[in-house]
Amino acid sequence: MLEIKNLHAEVEGKPILKGIDLSIAPGEVHAIMGPNGSGKSTLSYVLAGREGYEVTAGQVTFQGKNLLDMEPEERAGEGVFLALQYPVEIPGVPNTTFLKEAVNSIRKYRGESEVDAMQFLKLMRAKLKELGMSDEYLKRAVNVGFSGGEKKRNEMLQMAMLEPSLAVLDETDSGLDIDALKAVAEGVNAMCAPERSMLVITHYQRLLDHIVPDHVHIMVGGRIVRSGGPELAHELERKGYAEFVGKAA
Amino acid sequence: MTEQNQALESYEAQAKALVAKLAPALAAPRQAAFERFSRGGIPATRLESWKYTNLARALRSTEFRTLEEVGVLAGPDLLPAPLAEGAQRIVFVNGRFRRDLSAADLPDGVRIDSLQDLATSRPSEIEEIFGEGLEEPLFDLNTVLAEDGAVLSFEPGTIHDRPIEILWLSGLTQTPASFHPRLAIRLGAGAAGTVVERCHGLGDQSYFANAAGTISLAPAARLNHLRLNADSAGAIQTNTILVRLSREATYNGFLLNLGAALSRQEIHAWLEGEQAECRLNGAYLLSGAQHGDVTTRIEHRAPSTISRETFKGALDDRARAVFQGKIVVDPDAQKADGRMLNKTLLLSDKAEIDSKPELEIYADDVQCAHGATAGEIDNEALFYLRSRGIAEPKARAILVESFLADALDGFAVEALRPALDACLAEWLAARGTDEGTTK
Repeated sequence: MLEIKNLHAEVEGKPILKGIDLSIAPGEVHAIMGPNGSGKSTLSYVLAGREGYEVTAGQVTFQGKNLLDMEPEERAGEGVFLALQYPVEIPGVPNTTFLKEAVNSIRKYRGESEVDAMQFLKLMRAKLKELGMSDEYLKRAVNVGFSGGEKKRNEMLQMAMLEPSLAVLDETDSGLDIDALKAVAEGVNAMCAPERSMLVITHYQRLLDHIVPDHVHIMVGGRIVRSGGPELAHELERKGYAEFVGKAA
Repeated sequence: MTEQNQALESYEAQAKALVAKLAPALAAPRQAAFERFSRGGIPATRLESWKYTNLARALRSTEFRTLEEVGVLAGPDLLPAPLAEGAQRIVFVNGRFRRDLSAADLPDGVRIDSLQDLATSRPSEIEEIFGEGLEEPLFDLNTVLAEDGAVLSFEPGTIHDRPIEILWLSGLTQTPASFHPRLAIRLGAGAAGTVVERCHGLGDQSYFANAAGTISLAPAARLNHLRLNADSAGAIQTNTILVRLSREATYNGFLLNLGAALSRQEIHAWLEGEQAECRLNGAYLLSGAQHGDVTTRIEHRAPSTISRETFKGALDDRARAVFQGKIVVDPDAQKADGRMLNKTLLLSDKAEIDSKPELEIYADDVQCAHGATAGEIDNEALFYLRSRGIAEPKARAILVESFLADALDGFAVEALRPALDACLAEWLAARGTDEGTTK
């Protein structure tokens, strides 16, 4: 599904990613853990195509296509979804308007017919129910006045509506209390499917108690310094990052 | 200077001809206005309030003649659809009333007269209307040269919330014309109404439309007033309005500025009775080499008066906007509460905004605030939308809409919101196509 080879990237001339290799098969859940400043969020932005993140070497292939050549909206159309660490507030634009535009843009990209307002509302209500969210989310402006937990749930709602092939969750657990964390994790788990892959980026192990990964990678200084199974997250929890930071230096 | 003298002589001759032709009762107000106007003529940029808008230069570059001197073409064959469904509409072409195009079936208590009709049927009323204007150069010029216009009157207690549309169509002349339409809206005590003024350019001939108007609201009267400026791309359009509010009267105005090569909207509001409230919102959407000036002066002249003003704009290409907003609080207007906000989104690095918000406060127990900002589209928000599959031009359009939303929300007249949204969407769609080629 996703092949990252020797990926180097810089921000404002400063090298951040220094040779990432990562391969994710359909249906797999991968976790990337690392200390602050290790380049985790940069990797997520490079995958989603954010401006200002310059790839200086390496390749990223997604379902056989060169992902790095695409605009962010094309990547979304191909099935890449990034749940942001800090979802942006958009005053004056109702959540429904935003989501309908997104759903139809992606359908259009894929050569599918657009859904009308009635079909869309029906679909959205069903997803809200699945996620245990109230209809109130529909009317409110995108993320405006949302609590940290509500913003992250809204990201989960978008993911559920857009049904991506690859979901990248960038520090989705940051700023959440335990109840919100559980709710978000349930949302993610409900999305797990044989044809859908997940890349969960986190600083802490606690999210991985709720979303159990198939593979765990430890990222330090712009490189993956160790990969393993779910037990690696527990090892990290006991020992901390110090040992790995030392290795990378 | 000779040029100025020539212009003044021509205006004077026009005024004399008008006095002979229309309402001799107006001779005195026209004469007084002409004397004031002739002291300064067309305002020059050395005047503080005209610093950013060079009207004199724009008027010099094209020769504008009176409608008598230019060939007026036939038409229009097709009128734009009314802005709100079921709106009653009266139509003016180049400032002149066209009974044949108008259809207004009004209830008892609401009257619409053309200035021409009123001049014969009720000359004392027209004299009164002309006597209550502003002493501003362009207002005076309008008083000197106004030939026709619309007079709307609501009897006390008359509530008529169905929008009444005044369609000001302009253009369709052989050579550039100038005209000076006049508007008066008067609401009796406790009356309520909704008036839409819509300026619409026909064809691409240039013209100079210098409108002026007075709006007077008796105690507890309420007026919703939308003005939609969509003049021709080559037009010069100026509009000077005085709104007077008595006790507990409410003026709820919205100005959408889209058209003309150069425009100036100057709105004066006098809050003369306790608890009068003025809500003045607007948006300017300009592109190409358009120049759009919004100048407002809100005067709190009585205690416990309230004003709320939000103007927002988006500027593309080399467009330039001017916002000059002033709140004045008189010494005896204690407990006045005034707020003003101006925000501009620059969609191009060649676009320009000159924003000058000012407070002038002579009372000590008041709440007043103003703010102004200018900025670009937020890249983080743009990325967020694009990462959800929304193509860049559409994502930009959504963010412009988001930016303008609170100015539009402030107007809050449900019947007119779809029309405003449609104007906005049309403007944004035009940007989208440009975006695709330049970006």
